[in-house]
This record gives sequence, structure tokens and C-alpha cells, in this order.
Amino acid sequence: MNIEQLVFYILAAMVLVSAFMVVFNRNMVRSIFLFFVTLFSMSGLFVYALADFVAVTQLVVYVGGMLVLMIFAFLLSSKTILNTSSVHRTSLIGLHHVPGLLISLVFFLILFVTIYQANPDEISWIRNAGKNTITVSDNTIHAIGINLMTRYLVPFEIVSVLLMMALIGAAHLARRTKKL
Amino acid sequence: MLISALLFCIGLYAVLSKRNAIMILIGIEFMLNAAILNLVAFGKYDKQVMGGQMFALFAIVLAAATVAVSLAIILNVYTYYKNIDPTTIDQLRD
Repeated sequence: MNIEQLVFYILAAMVLVSAFMVVFNRNMVRSIFLFFVTLFSMSGLFVYALADFVAVTQLVVYVGGMLVLMIFAFLLSSKTILNTSSVHRTSLIGLHHVPGLLISLVFFLILFVTIYQANPDEISWIRNAGKNTITVSDNTIHAIGINLMTRYLVPFEIVSVLLMMALIGAAHLARRTKKL
Repeated sequence: MLISALLFCIGLYAVLSKRNAIMILIGIEFMLNAAILNLVAFGKYDKQVMGGQMFALFAIVLAAATVAVSLAIILNVYTYYKNIDPTTIDQLRD
């Protein structure tokens, strides 16, 4: 096992373990900060898939933007949550957790069987990819820029309009009104 | 792929069983991240069109927009109900 594989498995383990801890942690502040760890190691996994631009975007958008928003919203509405959640929960796995756990386990089994049967290394277009595979020395940012302005121009514009709509909508919703 | 499947299921569990809207939002983010990981992993074999990576970028942007709007909604609901447990919020009108 060489060092790249080792780092890959460490990153994957960090993603999964921190995700587990986020979900099963009872303290919400801790779980939100563990969400940071998950996202960081997630972007490390993106680097391993040779998508460095996506990894950087993940860091900037998720870690920079969304987590600040989440902490902000959490701190604005935190006082009663901490009290009520400690009163409601008596054990780690309460009664209403069991159906969710069951459904997600069954879903994981379904996904596992599907992945095993699909056998992703043997799909024809992946085996025939050959030269079409991204190599480490490729400049993906260059290709992304060119593709974004030619092939994906329409989705790009639609996404920009949607972002503006979301911005206006969020600002309108978060405004404090007397009437509401 | 197994990693992303497991991450997706953790997110699903969080969505189904948490009693806090922000935790449910985090679960949704986990599921989105799992999907993005799959897109990126298969996008490695598509050098000319870069389909996977472009889709991953669009998905990240859409997720950010979703989170902004839904956090605004959560704050509004909180100021109205003083509570963000989605099981207790069951009416839309005043």
C-alpha cells in the first residue's frame, strides 16, 4: 500500500467517522463544528478524484459560506433548543430513532447490492475511456473555464438567475416584520 | 462509491430521526455531498466534456442557495413559534 492510498483511506475514514459523530452527537454546537471536519475531508476526497476546482469550491462555498450561516442561525435560535432537546431525549436511541435507523440501514443494503452488481470498474464507457481520463498533470481549471463559457452557458446563466432569486428571497424572508 | 453510499445513509437517518430543523438540514447536506462525490468520481473519466465536475459545481451552488433560503425560513418559523422542532409545527395559518 503506497502513501496515496493510505491518505485516501484516512480521509475516507475521517469523512465517515465525523459524519457519524455529527449525527449521533447530542450537543448541537459540537455537531455543527464536526460538520466542518466532514466537509474538509470531503474536499480532500475531491482532490483524490482529480477535481481540484470542485474541491476549492467546496471549501469556499460550504465551509466559508454555509457553515457561517448555519452557526449564525443556530446561535440566533439556540436558547430553547438546548433545553427542550435535553428534556425529550432519555436514551441515545429513543423510540422514534428506530424506524429511521431501520430505513437507512435497508437503504444502505440496497445501495450496496446495486453497486456490487453494477461493478463500476467494468462499465464499458469507463473501460473505453482510455485517453479521455483526466491525468494528474492536466489543467482542469482551464478546461472548466472553457466548458463553462461554451457548452454549459445556458445552465450557468440559469444558475446565476436562481442565485439572485435565492438571495432576494432569503433577504425578504429573514427581514423582521411587525405583521408576521 | 461505498463511502458515498454510507454517507448518504447517514444523511437519510439524520433527516428521518432528528427533531431539530438545523440537524435535518445538515442531513440533507450530507446526502447532497454524497451525490457530488459520485459525480466527481465518475467525472474523472470524462475529460473532453467535464460533465461530472460541471454538474458537481452546479450542485454545490444550488445547495448553497437552498441552505440560504431554508435557514431564513427556519429563523422566521423560530421567531413565530419559538421552536424549530418540525414535528410540532403543523399549521401554516396564524
